[in-house]
Amino acid sequence: MKYFTRLRVRRVYKWRGEPLSFNRKLKTFEYGSLVISVDGLPRTTVINAGQHILIEGEDEDNPYVAKVIRLFGDESGKQKKAVVQWFVRVSEVPLSKLKLLGREPHPQEIFLYQGRSCDDEVNAESILRPVQVKHLDRAAPFPDSGDKDTLFVKLSWDSKTFRELESAAPVASPPPPTPPLPKPSLPPSPPRSPPTAAPAPARRALPTPDPAVMRRAASGEVRGGRATASAGKVGVTEAESLHLASRLSASKCSSARRRKAIARTPGVRKKLQLSSPEATTRQDILDEDRASEMMLAQRLSSSPPLTLRLTHSLTPLRKAGAATTPRAHRLTPLRKAHAAAVTAEDTAVPLEPDSRTPSARDDSTSPQQGDETEAELPTASGRTPRRRNATPRRNSSSSRGQKASTPSRQTEPNQREPGLTVLIEEDNENSPMLSAAAVTPRSSKRKSAQLVSSRIRKQLNLLENLQVLNSDGDDDEDEFVPSKKELQSSSDEEEEEEEGALESDEEEEVLSKKSRRAAAGSCTPRSKRKTTSTSARTPRKTPNKKIPPGTPRTPRHATPSIPSRSLPARRPGNVLEEARARLHVSSVPESLPCREQEFQDVYSFVESKIVDGTGGCMYISGVPGTGKTATVHEVMRCLQHAADVDEIPPFHFIEINGMKMTDPHQAYVQILQNLTGQKATADHAAALLEKRFGSAAPRKETTVLLVDELDLLWTRKQNVMYNLFDWPTRRHARLVVLTIANTMDLPERIMINRVASRLGLTRMSFQPYSFKQLQQIIMSRLNKVKAFEEDALQLVSRKVAALSGDARRCLDICRRATEICEHSPADPFSTGLVGMSHVMEALNEMFSSAYITAIRCASLQEQLFLRAVIAEFRRLGLEEATFQQVFVQHRALCRVEGLQPVSVSEGLAACQRLGACRLLLLEPSRLGVLQRVRLNVSQDDVLFALKDD
Amino acid sequence: MSKRTAKDAHLPVGECVTQVGINQDLSSVYNFSDAQELHLLELLKRTAIHGESNSVLIVGPRGAGKTMLLKCVLRDLLEDKEAQKSLLQVHLNGLLQTDDRIALKEITRQLHLENVVGDKVFGSFAENLGFLLEALKKGDRSSSRPVLFILDEFDLFAHHKNQTLLYNLFDVSQSAQAPIAVVGITCRLDVLELLEKRVKSRFSHRQIHLLSSLTFTQYLERVRTQLSLPDGFPDSRFAQDWNDGVKTLCGDKSVEEVLQRHYNSSKDVRSLHMLLMLCLSRVSVAKPAIKPADLLEASRLCFADAKANMLHGLSILELCLIIAMKHLNDVYEGEPFNHQMVHNEFKKFLQRKSNSMYNFEQPVILKAFEHLQQLELIRPVDGSSAKTQREYQLMRLMLDHSQIMEALQKYPQCPTDVKQWAMSAFG
Repeated sequence: MKYFTRLRVRRVYKWRGEPLSFNRKLKTFEYGSLVISVDGLPRTTVINAGQHILIEGEDEDNPYVAKVIRLFGDESGKQKKAVVQWFVRVSEVPLSKLKLLGREPHPQEIFLYQGRSCDDEVNAESILRPVQVKHLDRAAPFPDSGDKDTLFVKLSWDSKTFRELESAAPVASPPPPTPPLPKPSLPPSPPRSPPTAAPAPARRALPTPDPAVMRRAASGEVRGGRATASAGKVGVTEAESLHLASRLSASKCSSARRRKAIARTPGVRKKLQLSSPEATTRQDILDEDRASEMMLAQRLSSSPPLTLRLTHSLTPLRKAGAATTPRAHRLTPLRKAHAAAVTAEDTAVPLEPDSRTPSARDDSTSPQQGDETEAELPTASGRTPRRRNATPRRNSSSSRGQKASTPSRQTEPNQREPGLTVLIEEDNENSPMLSAAAVTPRSSKRKSAQLVSSRIRKQLNLLENLQVLNSDGDDDEDEFVPSKKELQSSSDEEEEEEEGALESDEEEEVLSKKSRRAAAGSCTPRSKRKTTSTSARTPRKTPNKKIPPGTPRTPRHATPSIPSRSLPARRPGNVLEEARARLHVSSVPESLPCREQEFQDVYSFVESKIVDGTGGCMYISGVPGTGKTATVHEVMRCLQHAADVDEIPPFHFIEINGMKMTDPHQAYVQILQNLTGQKATADHAAALLEKRFGSAAPRKETTVLLVDELDLLWTRKQNVMYNLFDWPTRRHARLVVLTIANTMDLPERIMINRVASRLGLTRMSFQPYSFKQLQQIIMSRLNKVKAFEEDALQLVSRKVAALSGDARRCLDICRRATEICEHSPADPFSTGLVGMSHVMEALNEMFSSAYITAIRCASLQEQLFLRAVIAEFRRLGLEEATFQQVFVQHRALCRVEGLQPVSVSEGLAACQRLGACRLLLLEPSRLGVLQRVRLNVSQDDVLFALKDD
Repeated sequence: MSKRTAKDAHLPVGECVTQVGINQDLSSVYNFSDAQELHLLELLKRTAIHGESNSVLIVGPRGAGKTMLLKCVLRDLLEDKEAQKSLLQVHLNGLLQTDDRIALKEITRQLHLENVVGDKVFGSFAENLGFLLEALKKGDRSSSRPVLFILDEFDLFAHHKNQTLLYNLFDVSQSAQAPIAVVGITCRLDVLELLEKRVKSRFSHRQIHLLSSLTFTQYLERVRTQLSLPDGFPDSRFAQDWNDGVKTLCGDKSVEEVLQRHYNSSKDVRSLHMLLMLCLSRVSVAKPAIKPADLLEASRLCFADAKANMLHGLSILELCLIIAMKHLNDVYEGEPFNHQMVHNEFKKFLQRKSNSMYNFEQPVILKAFEHLQQLELIRPVDGSSAKTQREYQLMRLMLDHSQIMEALQKYPQCPTDVKQWAMSAFG
């Protein structure tokens, strides 16, 4: 219920004037301009073709920037579309690419987007408002931002390089060569685009109030920060757009689910994108998320008590298009009224609140308090600035801020009671602080990771996966890289700071400023949507791994353990050993490349269920070695982490594996034991579970149950499977069941109708990996360790992809190849890397069958017997003969070969030996001479093997 | 082998003879390819020292030295103190641990986990499995002692229900749990096809194929080394004489022929051992050396046909019945027969001869028939055994014609008319 207070603005979009033209083919009307009015406000905004606009993205703080090329609608008038030329914000350009710029980007700088991967048709209803964009000469310095909402264009960006604007381009002035703009003087740190690259020290320094910082914060510098923040948004589009197609479907279903839990939406979505980089395109966001975001915005404007706050929040954004927007005018005075009451310091603080802000706040405070705050807002203007102060920062790390703040809420409730109004403020301010604090240090930590990632990217580019990598994909990888230790420490620090943050208002303010300054210092905002929205969160993914997924170890009278060794295991010594360790299937990869889509689907499924407190089933199929279990585990790790930081309600994760139990009914026992630690017989456990899932209980946590190797839970009556799928449908169960099996049609094949029906249709199948994916997997596992030649890797992955697409196989072969390489005699010409020859040898070892060698190595009588078998088969015209028949042939062959005739015992012995190797298939040997004989190899193989003798 | 020291240079011949045996030095018997040995050694070493989990199958025909290879490698491995200290070994055999329940108890027992009291393992099957998995799961690469699982007759484990044990072992070996190495030993070349696909996917697909590509000269050499006395033999002069004797023996033409025949039959070391043991057992104080004749005799014993030998012990009546059956087989082309048909055939023979010598009562003949069945020289055709009367039960002859003829030749004082009857084309 804490989500109810979320603000929404309802915008009404209308065409202005008659259609300019009608396209018969497409049945579209073209219009000259669009009118946007906000519910409850008389003011309207007019959007004309050729105007620059802000378009809603997934980060409200940094909407996308685009230029309207034309506007059109369909016959019914329901669909309003706009064709746009996209611009990219600095924050949307991948960080690694920003280097190409050769200078510090201006926070308000945007780039003309010339990539092709972006759909340039957007829904008109995603347009927020016009914005002012100035084209600058390349050499020209950025005007000292008089207007924070003005954006500057100097260069174009085509997802690979920065170019000068062509004069033909819609941009007015083609900028000359770039002189690296010294920006340090420009303090505005984008508080918004969480400074992923920002140096960490600020965080450390936080506790000490620094007058200089305060002063600077007080002066106008902050504006720049705000501007960047908004600028950062646009960049997102760029990166996302690259994955348009792939993401569409996933985001569609997920967004539908998301909408259910609207209050959650921003956090949810961000997380998703974070974790599965390819999750959504800009287009998706426009199409899918628009709905929820619009509602948000609409609510914002429509709820009267909030208007005041709205003005705060909206103003900075509006300012960009202030001159043109009547609404903005209307709002501005309000803000000014407030501003008057605000101290100088406070005014200086950039306000970037947008529709998200209130929600973020609401999230962080308990619902009633949220309400109260809103109610107070209009009157308590003196206090407002503080909140403002807090707000931008929270925006800066949007969802991060939410997260970080939550713990503080929990620790505080006692404090609140005495004087709610004041304390609420505190609370609000705490959250931004925390968020800022949490963000900054991590970014610095990540520097090394970025280095690594850029290297990976280079490698991967070779794989022609450029697209994937350019976009967020590799960024994710970056962020997984930080070692656990670092993350651990950073999270520790966070906690410390949370505590510190609670201490006093002033201190916090100072701190916040500091952190902002720190961010400004390194004003290269990372270009990803991730960066702007959730960068802070990404690295979290890794630390999660430390947290065991929910299964408490039940202490028993006898502790199951393997004795520990006296000497510690040796660490890998050389490159090959290192590579081998990394390639071992067991080594937990930093990320799961090539399963982003599936990750997101599972993630959103489970998360939505957890958030809604409902239950459901999902069936996951795929051949062995395609990452099913690994993906689910990864999802659970992320969710567990989200739960730990109070992003989603806590839940319980239980895993059972059909193969790891002796009997299907043991499933009950194991589930019960994992849930409660109780031991019970199967029947009793079933009864207890039935009761548990069947009855309502206060404060029940959602249980996520992973059932691996589902097919082994099959019983004749199928009651185990029935129960597993029936419980989630109970009203109070709050049980999410994820089932994994190998076969796609398992439900149809082995389940009776009532079971299959309860399983439902939420299915997902993991396709075998393609060779490119396998290659990428190996690459990402090897990380920076250079142990393989390119061709060798390609060979392995192609071979495995052609045979099974089993990633385990692929890794095993690579591992074997490193061994072969290690022990092969040193070749003066060899590079010391694993080459084609080593890989070929490993492949041969693993894939070639030994039948032919076995026949060649067999004794003479055995070979003769095989020959006799074939001769007898030919004579009979059948593929089967009794030993007696074959024996006659055998004796004859002996005579031909000039050998002593064999006795029956001797012949039988030879026959049995061949049977033991399974070169022959035999009946039980007690049948003696009557046993029937078949070949287990093709006749051709036998003849081939024998011919060479 | 010898408790005596080298000082006692001259022992009584009897002492020496009792100490003569087959040279048990492992490495001289098998000549493993270095690559294979190294492969396995490195693999196990990595598990023992680096804590890397692995799985491997050693595949090869019986007697190819699979277990010996593993033993050699383990011997080498355990010379390393570090490995010796940390490595835990679990030996399982598919012939002993016939299902997962037994196998689990055995594993738990050999690992001395905490639910073992004395030599007894407590808890149900499910508990044992849970316990073991939990134990392995708690371990981690760097701190737990590595466990080496040796599964002899690996293919039999694949027939356990659901392959639960294999799945779990391989799963542990592919996940970050306690480091284990799973070494399977099997003679089935198609062993991978026995594995369920999810089990197969977890197996690392390392296979070491042991196939002996032994040439005849190597075989001869092996015979020589096997028979030779080691340098440390207490009585050096006896040893010298013995070794010279072995050398001349191996040079003998007839011996070479015999060995060639054995070589052609099987390269299996065990069958060679059998032959040599038979020779050695003929060595006595009176004859302290192996003579070619001994080898010939041993070879004759080795190649003797078991079924034909049994025929030598039959009565004339039973032999006659066998011959009748042979004729029936000839006439009806291997169709099954019953007692009555055999009896009729026998009667025809008797009528022709009109000799009262073989005039047996019906019950006596039936008894003889049943005796043949007990000896498994004939066996009832499946399925029809229960209902029908004994006289009419359908039977098949379990002998080849060549065996019958051979037996007749060697049968002591076989009546000539019976012999002729057996030779004649028609009864």
